[in-house]
Amino acid sequence: MSAAALAALLRTPEQAPHLPGEAWNGIVAAARAERLLATLASHLQGVALPEAVGAIFADARRDADRDRQLALWEADRAACALAPLGIPVLLLKGAAYVAAGLGAGAGRMIGDLDILVPRDRLEEAEQALLAAGWEWVKSDPYDDVYYRRWMHELPPLIHRERDRMIDVHHTILPLTARPRPDASALLAERIDLGGGLWVLSPEDRVCHAVAHVLADGDLAGGLRNLWDIKCLISDIEDMDKLYRRAALHGLTAELSRAQRLCDHLFGTGEGALRLADRFFLARLLSTDGWGRDSRPLLGLGFYIRSHLLRMPPLMLARHLWTKWRRGHRPS
Amino acid sequence: MKHQLTLAIGPAIFRIGSAWRAPIDALRRLYASYPRPEEGAIADFTVRLEPAGRGRRWWRPSVRIAGDHMLPEAAPMALRHGLLAAEMGMNLQMALGWRRHLLIHASSVEKDGRALVMAGESGSGKSTLAALLGQRGWRLMGDEFALLDFVTGAIHPFPRLISLKNQAIGVMRAEVGDGGRFGPLMAGTPKGDIAHLVPSPDAVAKMKEAAPPALLLFPRFGLPAEMRPIGEGETFMHLTQASTNYVACGERAFHALHDFVTRVPTVAMDFSSGEEAEAMIADLWREQAR
Amino acid sequence: MTGEARQYFRGAPDELLVRPLEGLTLIYHRPSGVTHIVDSPVPEILSQLDAEPCPASTLLARLARQYELEDGEGALDPLVAHLETLCEVGLARAVEPEAKG
Repeated sequence: MSAAALAALLRTPEQAPHLPGEAWNGIVAAARAERLLATLASHLQGVALPEAVGAIFADARRDADRDRQLALWEADRAACALAPLGIPVLLLKGAAYVAAGLGAGAGRMIGDLDILVPRDRLEEAEQALLAAGWEWVKSDPYDDVYYRRWMHELPPLIHRERDRMIDVHHTILPLTARPRPDASALLAERIDLGGGLWVLSPEDRVCHAVAHVLADGDLAGGLRNLWDIKCLISDIEDMDKLYRRAALHGLTAELSRAQRLCDHLFGTGEGALRLADRFFLARLLSTDGWGRDSRPLLGLGFYIRSHLLRMPPLMLARHLWTKWRRGHRPS
Repeated sequence: MKHQLTLAIGPAIFRIGSAWRAPIDALRRLYASYPRPEEGAIADFTVRLEPAGRGRRWWRPSVRIAGDHMLPEAAPMALRHGLLAAEMGMNLQMALGWRRHLLIHASSVEKDGRALVMAGESGSGKSTLAALLGQRGWRLMGDEFALLDFVTGAIHPFPRLISLKNQAIGVMRAEVGDGGRFGPLMAGTPKGDIAHLVPSPDAVAKMKEAAPPALLLFPRFGLPAEMRPIGEGETFMHLTQASTNYVACGERAFHALHDFVTRVPTVAMDFSSGEEAEAMIADLWREQAR
Repeated sequence: MTGEARQYFRGAPDELLVRPLEGLTLIYHRPSGVTHIVDSPVPEILSQLDAEPCPASTLLARLARQYELEDGEGALDPLVAHLETLCEVGLARAVEPEAKG
């Protein structure tokens, strides 16, 4: 399984010179599908590699450098629009990692800009962004109402000219989710990077990454999220402090699971996995040597689960039914 | 994947997997004259031809083009167009993923060690012109993408199967004696009738030989013959639009394109027949050689 | 907030790569990765901006000296319009004046 080979290579990069040529095709395809190619490339710098792999890695590192540049520019533009109103632009995920120079930022591919603003400033922020050239991504009114009432973010905005999306969050999990992270605590502990930009505290960064991968999503791209968590945890000095913080946010179980999975995938591989962990693991490692999801039904299970986590079952049924009627299908 | 083939074209290596045998067989036959990559060669890109939905491998087989880079809204294609799907898949990987040269949507041919680049939209005639010139004393470098070197400013060959549409198929059949150089006729594609032409043995043999550009043309087929120069500003803008990776390549692309535009003369050429075009090009080529 | 009250400045000089084309100027803006194709007076305005914020009227005086322009009041509004556009795309920046009282 190529995703497993990819994880193994991230765990022990020294293995790279011993890999046969054909194995690289599967690893590169899986890495691309998991958006981990540039991460692999920066992790394997200095290791002896076949020339063709070196060229592919050089391209990937350049792309990540460019992503970093563009992410920082988007953050700058958001700060330009919101700082005059005294609204802190708190960066989340990839943009935060590169802005703060974290290990998790090395080779990171970054898509949309994710920021956190206080819930009581949300409308002001929305107006300021619209005035500065962002506009709504066209969506149907049902999604819009759903977003505003229940989700933890504004409906997506895209910049008119730069064509880049911004997601404005007011907490880190949907309002209907079972764990209820404490948004005001997140903002209270924020760290100033200068230039109108802020990031979460080291402990809150881990909690957000954990919430994002285990308590929110369907685990698509989960391998990369776990790699992020692994990097972020290695920046933590006091693990007790981390677990206390997770308890505050109601994320203790999720953090434990994330740590077990990270240890298994990227650490010593010795920690005992629970039964449920193995389902997560199977889902995380389902990408094959052609970059395809080799276990589509397992993916479907997680898609439904991700909605269960976000919504009470009755709402879930109504939501999925409405989306089904409109023609959305999980891919 | 059940069936697969690895192809080396110019500087790129593609790994193509398919749920069906027919497209792979067609590719193998048409690319037979190309140097075969060794066993276990590491590919730059993966292309997948896969069933577009449950059960579509056997019943009314429907091909989705997938791979390292994908377009999620792309419409699936019929299996009889599988060869076209594979070619489109390779185009997509290059367009979205290639970073080692600046890519311009243009055909290119070489003569006297210098390259003629012909840029334009679908239907401008750039592919057919390149195919024609390739049979009349020029060496074909590519019909879809011209690869501009960031450091040397040279054009690198990327000679894939030439995609001929509608009337162009008949024109080239008359031009090329060897019927074996043609792929199957694919009728009724979204772009009309398409057939592929294998580049000449000369073009394949020299697929690693770059050439500095001497002339940029913007051809337009179907208009009365006319030539006029195009200014640097207009050329620069057209080329940024004609490049699929200008933005992704950043600063290097800026320098390379500026150099290209300030050194290579650019001409808009309207024409109504291959002969007309060939004559105008011969004149222009003589001009730039002086 | 009128434009006259705002003060304009630029980032570091190496943020921009400037190259001439026939009659036009190309500007590659490194932080945003955007290529701008501009015409006079944009390159001239950019050349007179530096890291120290200054009001549009000061810039107008600099431009007038450098390029022997008519230093009339009529030129101020168009200059402000250019500066605001440059701020919108990120080639220049502006600071509000200190709050009074």
